[in-house]
Amino acid sequence: MKIRLLAGLLVAGLTAVGCGGATVDGATGASAPAAGSSASASGSAGTVKIAINPWVGYEASANVVAYLLEKELGYTVELPEIKEQLAWEGFETGDVDVIIENWGHPDLKKQFIDEKKVAQVAGSTGNKGVIGWYIPKWMADKHPDITDYKNLNKYASLFKTSESGDKGQLLFGDPSYVSNEEALIKNLKLNYKVVVGGSEAALIKGAQQAQEQKKPLLFYFWDPHWLFSKTDLVRVKLPAYTEGCDADPKKVACDYPEMDLDKIVSTKFAQTGGKAYELVKNFNWTNEDQNAVADDMTNNGMTGEEAAKKWVEANPAKWQAWIPQ
Amino acid sequence: MSSAAVTTPARLGWPRWAAPVGVAVAFVAAYLLFRGTGTLPHDKEAPQFLAVTELREWIDDHRNDNPLFLYFLNYIRLFVGGLYEAFETALYALGWPGVTGVMGALAWLAGGWRIALLAVGGVSAFGVLGLWESSVDTLALVGVAVLLSLAIGVPVGVWAGLSSRVRRAITPVLDVMQIMPTFAYLAPLALFFHIGAPAGAIATMIYSIPPAIRITALAVSQVSPTAVEASASLGATRWQTLFKVRLPLARPTMALAINQTIMMALSMVVIASLISAPGLGGDIIRGLSRAQVGIMLPAGVAIVIMAVVLDRMMMAVARRDPHARPRRLDLLTAGALAAAGLALIPVLPKVWPESLTVSLVAEVNDAVRWAEDNWFTVTAWIKDTTSHLLLNPLESLLTSAPWWLVALAVLAVAWRVSGPRPALTALACLLAIALLGVWEHTMQTMTTVAVAVLVTLAVGLLLGVAAARSPRYSALQRPLLDAAQTMPAFVYLLPALALFETTRFTAIFASIIYAVPPVVRLVEDGIRAVPATVVEAAVSAGSTPGQLLWKVQLPMARRAILLAVNQGIVMTLAMVVVGGLVGAGALGYDVVAGFSQRTDFGMGFVAGVATVLLGVMLDRITQGADRRPSPRKRKFT
Repeated sequence: MKIRLLAGLLVAGLTAVGCGGATVDGATGASAPAAGSSASASGSAGTVKIAINPWVGYEASANVVAYLLEKELGYTVELPEIKEQLAWEGFETGDVDVIIENWGHPDLKKQFIDEKKVAQVAGSTGNKGVIGWYIPKWMADKHPDITDYKNLNKYASLFKTSESGDKGQLLFGDPSYVSNEEALIKNLKLNYKVVVGGSEAALIKGAQQAQEQKKPLLFYFWDPHWLFSKTDLVRVKLPAYTEGCDADPKKVACDYPEMDLDKIVSTKFAQTGGKAYELVKNFNWTNEDQNAVADDMTNNGMTGEEAAKKWVEANPAKWQAWIPQ
Repeated sequence: MSSAAVTTPARLGWPRWAAPVGVAVAFVAAYLLFRGTGTLPHDKEAPQFLAVTELREWIDDHRNDNPLFLYFLNYIRLFVGGLYEAFETALYALGWPGVTGVMGALAWLAGGWRIALLAVGGVSAFGVLGLWESSVDTLALVGVAVLLSLAIGVPVGVWAGLSSRVRRAITPVLDVMQIMPTFAYLAPLALFFHIGAPAGAIATMIYSIPPAIRITALAVSQVSPTAVEASASLGATRWQTLFKVRLPLARPTMALAINQTIMMALSMVVIASLISAPGLGGDIIRGLSRAQVGIMLPAGVAIVIMAVVLDRMMMAVARRDPHARPRRLDLLTAGALAAAGLALIPVLPKVWPESLTVSLVAEVNDAVRWAEDNWFTVTAWIKDTTSHLLLNPLESLLTSAPWWLVALAVLAVAWRVSGPRPALTALACLLAIALLGVWEHTMQTMTTVAVAVLVTLAVGLLLGVAAARSPRYSALQRPLLDAAQTMPAFVYLLPALALFETTRFTAIFASIIYAVPPVVRLVEDGIRAVPATVVEAAVSAGSTPGQLLWKVQLPMARRAILLAVNQGIVMTLAMVVVGGLVGAGALGYDVVAGFSQRTDFGMGFVAGVATVLLGVMLDRITQGADRRPSPRKRKFT
């Protein structure tokens, strides 16, 4: 009797596996990397994986949330280095639970939230983000009309470098950043070439050198950023943003919009994340808060954890409101 | 490119140089006449790219309902993922005391106390560098990849060793696999196996399998035929001969196969972090995206240490007498080491204690900043001069020349250097690149490769000749070359990045230091191989050392030098493509962008294919030395 039951179960199980096939989703991948680390930190409430995108403002937010998750709620936090768009795919494979600062990405939202339903929005971070083209202030002082994109071609020769050939150079950051640069140059008929610096650090260093040594530089940058309080930069005016002018990425000929930065979490984390999910959802701070932490991390030699600790100790009223009851 | 060209047998009355010069003049004239026409400018929205991007979208949408994925590819992913999990869980469960003890024990068995000390020190270094967890992840990934490589590679290798027909069939496949730059593997794998640890392990496995097959085949086929015959005449079956005679006798060489497989896996595992594989590669990417050498350096050092420890362990196994059994004392000590490590697991914390780590991030960053500030004028001058005098003119030459002229030039050069068949292959590759829509970027990458190869050869010849002429200098240089060849390619980006920031020149510099060691070695060996009698004859006939070198040694070492050129080019290409991460642009950057921006996936994928074609093309052009061993068997050449 028992044997027959077992055999029946076995057959049922096999057919279930056979018919179902193997799918790629959070259920299979999620437990994988967590297994080792959750075992190592016994008594942990669980593991939260916050993807790290490569700019320091993002890291500041991620580190403060990670600090609170670890110290206040007893979670283990992993901060894997995964770039913006790959991180969205990570929701599907289980490699990522949280993107703490998302810059728009309406196409990914449509695909992963509306269609695949593996992710969802977990509210605003409170940060207002805007991307733009910048020049050091001395250039705007010297050539007042340079801040209008219509005059950029006139000054293109100023921005020539060994990497841009006979065109002006527009310095770009990490290859993974949100970017309309190629389309803008093409559609606004600018005599410029995008040169990829490869990192936020390359942009910052370029901007600082340009202002200090009075060297010409046109570069991609974004606010919130601590750099604005240290180096005088002026934004170049592109055609004003209107609703929907960036709908077709190939035809963009307008400036970037001001974005309400938000948090994205995997559906699985939203359902089973418990207090960790609540904390991530409640997290909300200002551009000044983020800049303070980011500044400490970049310029005052602090690790992410130290900078987060400093902010947390200085601003108890703010973060206590995020802690779920 | 067009300066070296076809020669026809010199006719009476014409000097020998007339034909090549004539052809070169014809090329120059054609260039001046047709410049700017027939160019193939880069278009990010090329239909070829969009088609691949769409394919990817389709696969993403159907990953969980298409039968190919549901019943085949996803199971592979699950299996490899499970294996990785098992490795990782085991290593984490051992904790650092356990891992240290077990590694120490294995190393003792492999090669006695020296190797054991090295292993224990090396493993502890991961902790001291503050990279315990990343190192364990990398170790697990390498473990999975090597295990799978050997599980597939050794049987295939044995088969190839026994049957020359199989060997002939797989050799070209392995050739292409070994010319393929590491970057090119990633996009197809992301397509079929998604991202994360399993995809990373599979990529690493595919990359590290060729030496496993090749060297195993070599080992099995080299077993002395008398031994095989003896066993056969004693009535052993084929299987008995294989398992009792061939494999045991082939053991030392098999250890080399494992060694090479591990080394290849280590150099790939870092790059696999571009598709979100965990481990030390993540730290290097982190450093790259912060432009902080201080973050990258410890991770680079950890990888080198891992490579050195595993290399020495496997080399010790390879060197051991195949008939000796481990002595009881060694077994006891190894057992004691392992037991001590295991016993300490519950006592010591599993995570490396933070008080014992040394963080050098700030110091290294400061040092780099100092170097940048103080050497800036020199490095900037080198970079700008090279860019303006060499890179930019050559690049505009190649990109403004009509495609058919470049194709003709490639055909002519390849025909002259390597003969008709390789020339046609090279031409086919180039035309395929044109059809793929990445012509302009390929020309840019070729420019960078050309400049890097020129410098590499100049330096390599110089050092190689010096070493061949002075045994003392050679003895000094050997260990450096050995160390340099154990290091994964990625590590070379660090000093380059520190000195030259993110530009094309950074990639050139990195590929020079990557490719110089094997070139030096080949040149040195080539010159040494010139028979002593010939040298003596030349000397007694009254040639000066200079004449001896130019008229006797270099011409006679021509084949070795051609081989060095060939390997230098293949290695340089691999590095220049990786240089896309640090500002080299062109094809390498397209691959990086393909992983960063979903809309560029198609372009990245196609660029990956183009790098393979470019690799095959450059290889065929310079294949002059007929039986060309693969570039990565460099230790045995």
